[in-house]
Amino acid sequence: MSDTTTRRAAETSGRQQGDHPSGDNRFELVDKQLKRGRYSQDQLIETLHVAQDVFGNLSEDILVYVARALRLPPSMVYGVATFYELFTFDPPGDHSCTVCTGTACFVKGADDIVQGVSEAYDVPAGETAADGSLTLKTARCLGSCGLAPVVVFDGEVLSHQNTESTLELVAAAVGGGS
Amino acid sequence: MDRRPTVTVHFDGVEHEAFVGESVLECARRLGIPIPSLCFLEGISVWGGCRVCVVEVAEDHRLRPACATTCVADMEIKTETPRLRAYRKSVLELLFAEGNHVCAVCVSNGACELQDMAVQTGMDHVRYDPQSPKRQIDASHPKYVFDPNRCILCTRCVRVCDEIEGAHVWDISYRGESAHLITEMNKPWGESMSCTWCGKCVAVCPTGALSYQGRAVGEMEHDPAMIKRLALARNRHEWLYPEEAK
Repeated sequence: MSDTTTRRAAETSGRQQGDHPSGDNRFELVDKQLKRGRYSQDQLIETLHVAQDVFGNLSEDILVYVARALRLPPSMVYGVATFYELFTFDPPGDHSCTVCTGTACFVKGADDIVQGVSEAYDVPAGETAADGSLTLKTARCLGSCGLAPVVVFDGEVLSHQNTESTLELVAAAVGGGS
Repeated sequence: MDRRPTVTVHFDGVEHEAFVGESVLECARRLGIPIPSLCFLEGISVWGGCRVCVVEVAEDHRLRPACATTCVADMEIKTETPRLRAYRKSVLELLFAEGNHVCAVCVSNGACELQDMAVQTGMDHVRYDPQSPKRQIDASHPKYVFDPNRCILCTRCVRVCDEIEGAHVWDISYRGESAHLITEMNKPWGESMSCTWCGKCVAVCPTGALSYQGRAVGEMEHDPAMIKRLALARNRHEWLYPEEAK
């Protein structure tokens, strides 16, 4: 019996919400997006967005799952996912610190902030600290150049930052810093 | 006899007839007008990425890729001007600076389209700093080798695998200077389950990036014209593969 038939059988027999065949119920949310897009191949990016929101990062299993669902070649899905800066493949840290390094922020010293955080928490830009506490990212212009330099900490946009203020912020949430 | 409707176009001041919908490059090739090209390959879709086949179209300050520009009536096309020569040369220099193209140790030395194009455009040195990227060779496939150092991202292999073979093993991942070819989910080629070992990607590679296992320097010859036969000869009933198809 094929995968589809099993699934259909399960659905018609009044399958309970929350037992996805993969064993991971978070895939239900991805399935919901897939259905909303009617499994159309041009829904790839939207589906990847939802998958990343749900899982935090795009692992190979998720990419294969989306590729199979949308009937797209794996290499194409991988190519699209890696093309966009917004998709991440490594699990994110507990806290995320994104420093804008666009032109305005760069002129106002964004590089010093990146370097400061990077040295204090021993985490290279674009990566997650070894203990998984902090992810340091850089962004190419958030479009709020009047607020330069901009730092986004755990989703909150903060304006006119400098190395000291950013380090205080990170220390308050993550603790430590050397 | 070809009964397709035609339009009048001018190549370097000489009047010619182009078929409606035909690209400038196809028309020029048919008329025997030389326009250099790299990523273009007859039989698969147009990519327009290498920018070697650029031409000037009258009154337009922008250069147009001949492969992706359709002939329209009374088009004035220039295929050979000092500006075009300089531009094509720069494109070649950038391609050489981007990868690790060392002809002396390359399997395709002497039978390489990139090398031929450099000779043709008169590119005798590179003015840009070599990027010397560090790239891993993938020799995991039992029959073929992929050396990304020699890859110019023309996507011929991607297109031929998708459009002719129908497997879509190859694609490009990441972007900008990090862009590189991948097989399936960035797995070694040898572990790819969709690869049919057909070798069309190897046949169309313009450089030494894709080659057969066990080839030494200068021993690799590609056969890009194979795709033209595969894609077009059947519909044209050209079973005996005339010389021009080779």
